Amino acid sequence: MPAVRFTLNGKPQTVDVVPNMPLLWVLRDTLGLTGTKFGCGMALCGACTVHVNGQPMRSCATPISSIAGKTVTTIEGLSPDSTNPVQLAWIEHDVPQCGYCQSGQIMTAVALLAKTSRPTDADIDEALRNNICRCGTYDEIRRAIVRAAEIQRAQGGAK
Amino acid sequence: MTSQLKGGQLNRRSFLRTTAAAAGGLIVGFQLPETSRLSAETAALKLNAFVHVGTDDLVTLFIHKAEMGQGTVTSLSMLLAEELECDWKKIRTEFPGVDREYGPNQGVVGSASIRSSWESLRRAGAAAREMLIQAAAQRWGVDRSVCRAENNTVVNTAANTRVSYGSLAEAASKLPVPANVALKDSKDFHLIGKPTKRLDTPAKVNGSATFGIDVRLPGMLYAVIARSSVFGGKMAGLDASKARLIPGVKSVIPVPSGVAVLADNTWSAIEGRRALSIMWNDGPVASVSTRSIFQTFTERTEQPGAVARKTGDGDAALAGAAKKIEAVYAVPYLAHAPMEPLNCVAHVRPDSCEVWASTQGQTAARAEAVRITGLKPEAVQVHTEYMGGGFGRRARADYIGEAVEVSKAAGVPVKLTWTREDDMQQDWYRPASLARFAAGLDADGWPLVWTARVACTPFGGGSRTAVEGVADIAYAIPHIQVEHHAVDPGIPVSYWRSVGYSQNTFFAESFLDELAAAGGKDPLELRRRLLANSPRLLAALELAAGKAGWGRKLPPGHGLGIGLSNNIGSNTVQIAEASVERGKVRVHRVVCAVDCGQAVNPAGVEQQIKSGIVFGLSAALKGGITILQGHVVEGNFHQYDVLRIDEMPAVEVHIVPSQNPPGGIGEASTPGIAPAVANALFAATGKRIRRLPIRVQDLA
Ligand code: FES
Ligand code: FES
Repeated sequence: MPAVRFTLNGKPQTVDVVPNMPLLWVLRDTLGLTGTKFGCGMALCGACTVHVNGQPMRSCATPISSIAGKTVTTIEGLSPDSTNPVQLAWIEHDVPQCGYCQSGQIMTAVALLAKTSRPTDADIDEALRNNICRCGTYDEIRRAIVRAAEIQRAQGGAK
Repeated sequence: MTSQLKGGQLNRRSFLRTTAAAAGGLIVGFQLPETSRLSAETAALKLNAFVHVGTDDLVTLFIHKAEMGQGTVTSLSMLLAEELECDWKKIRTEFPGVDREYGPNQGVVGSASIRSSWESLRRAGAAAREMLIQAAAQRWGVDRSVCRAENNTVVNTAANTRVSYGSLAEAASKLPVPANVALKDSKDFHLIGKPTKRLDTPAKVNGSATFGIDVRLPGMLYAVIARSSVFGGKMAGLDASKARLIPGVKSVIPVPSGVAVLADNTWSAIEGRRALSIMWNDGPVASVSTRSIFQTFTERTEQPGAVARKTGDGDAALAGAAKKIEAVYAVPYLAHAPMEPLNCVAHVRPDSCEVWASTQGQTAARAEAVRITGLKPEAVQVHTEYMGGGFGRRARADYIGEAVEVSKAAGVPVKLTWTREDDMQQDWYRPASLARFAAGLDADGWPLVWTARVACTPFGGGSRTAVEGVADIAYAIPHIQVEHHAVDPGIPVSYWRSVGYSQNTFFAESFLDELAAAGGKDPLELRRRLLANSPRLLAALELAAGKAGWGRKLPPGHGLGIGLSNNIGSNTVQIAEASVERGKVRVHRVVCAVDCGQAVNPAGVEQQIKSGIVFGLSAALKGGITILQGHVVEGNFHQYDVLRIDEMPAVEVHIVPSQNPPGGIGEASTPGIAPAVANALFAATGKRIRRLPIRVQDLA
């Protein structure tokens, strides 16, 4: 089993596990980063979303071998102090209920705002429709994304 | 939660003993502060089972319930803090262990947390406040009557000086707990009734909130269990040789519910399970399928059943009615599918057992561990973790028992994880049900008689869960007769958000709409008349109708429909606006009026109403578990779809102001949404939906 090297939340990381082990389980079980959640294991729910080279990816369906040399960001690496505009807006709008889906929702929203500084309702639908929330926080998610975009624009953070 | 150390778990019991001894017996119930900075200066002193005050002025509130998203941590903290007069910003919360001090059955079912704690937690807060005031009065050598509590301090109103709770904590903790402290009048509330932000939000936006599935212990192995896909099947033969070859797999252990595969990570355990070859004896349920179940339901309801409610004389009234209306309604089994799949961490040692679980039933969890280990209840500790949703599923302790079995057999700490397929195919389902209605109208078109025969699998004792929502309708109809047929095809069923109301309110509110149409009455007008003696429901109905603009001109193809429920001590009226657009049912807007008595946290009420609507709408538009030869067909979200963000209607929540004691809220809005939408679709299309999930072909 060749070791896999990648960058995790800004730091170099090496893991030595079976090559087809999904990134999700490497993060959660091997590395103890439990903020990324297991929801379906089949790329159907979005709970396990992380960024790989800045793109939102379902870590449950991403073999560790495929991320060699890449850069991975998880919810823990989004900001040191919950000050990413999306986190700020999530707190302002009190989005989470049980909270279990929220790491995935937040990572997906951050990726959306990196592409689009003024997301329309249709943009939000398109980006978030594969992130399931069983508690039904969709309304708050939508409002918080609009708010996060405002915060981000005020900070001059995106195009 | 906040203050539990993960990994090198500090045993709270031994820690309590040590600190108590070290501090000369003064410190009882010392707790670790949030960041685990452990120092003598931050000692927290126990005033009672719910309130500890730290010498650092932080107040720790013990939440004896559990948090599955419904906002209990926040709303119960509000009850304590209202009387305690503490600074909301200085609150820490913690889930205590199982203890008789917290009642005979700790858990969160039936939306009962606020209702059962409404008095007791305010009393606990008030008692702690009195102890602090008493301590201050003694320190100042003044009469208690010149002292008053305010914002984490006690004020000496005569001298206009104040002292912090933190500096009073030690003296207060030595005072007796006063009995019968008077509670505030509701007009003096400064916290209860104000929209309040959730205390658990910050930890839920950065990955730091610990759910059951996130617990990690040193030396822990990861387990999954292979179970019979057919309900009640038993293992007849096992070949684990291939599984043992999977990298990471440590052992394969038969347990009562199947075969456990233990590995050094979850993935290897899942891969190991895939490599097992197991022979199963399917047993009798293998002959059961959805089709056969509904056939039985249909046949049984053609005959009279056990009477669940009888008012007046249904048969005679039906015979004499001017017009008779009959209809058969049906709903499928439903899975709970909480976002966090079931899991549990257990560590069984020869003389003790610890369980870390996201559970709705702490007392039941401990009882299950006691049963399996044979240990005394005092030797079993249950650590309550955040739940990634529960919806009734986590009221059962089966998954906790499994983890205890595996740890007991393996002799190491074990985290048992259910995959989504396990969760969906081995659930305790919302039962399938069929209701056969017959009703009669009088010569003026008003309902005279309401009868129903319900076929369903009862659980929890008696027929209540099978008929609630049909038998206990609030409508003043002179003759009501509801009968029940208990049919048990061997599919496990249990509590699912709003229980019997989840299907029966759909049946009853839709059939009432049929009566309105048959009698030529407006659905709102009919309900007004039949609720003349139910003032709270009537007020909620008027509020919803006003806000929804009942009777206004709608866009072409749109319709409005009403769904009303009174369950868990709350009254909820929803009016949905729906249409069929491009071959899909579209719910545009839902107006919900709710009378839940005193709303402790109106922001939380609004969240829960929306949450319940999304949950009910998922079921109404998409939900269905199919039984085929004794097993469940659906395995993951591609087969058991749920509502998505682009299908979310605009939801407006209107709370009826009330000073009645609080009702429940977590299950209040789930029952009413399906009939509100079905009735709206009838108004829009003229087609009556009598079966869920709603299929667009039934509307063509
Ligand atoms: S766990 Fe990866 S998408 Fe659901
Ligand atoms: S907040 Fe519970 S699943 Fe989204």
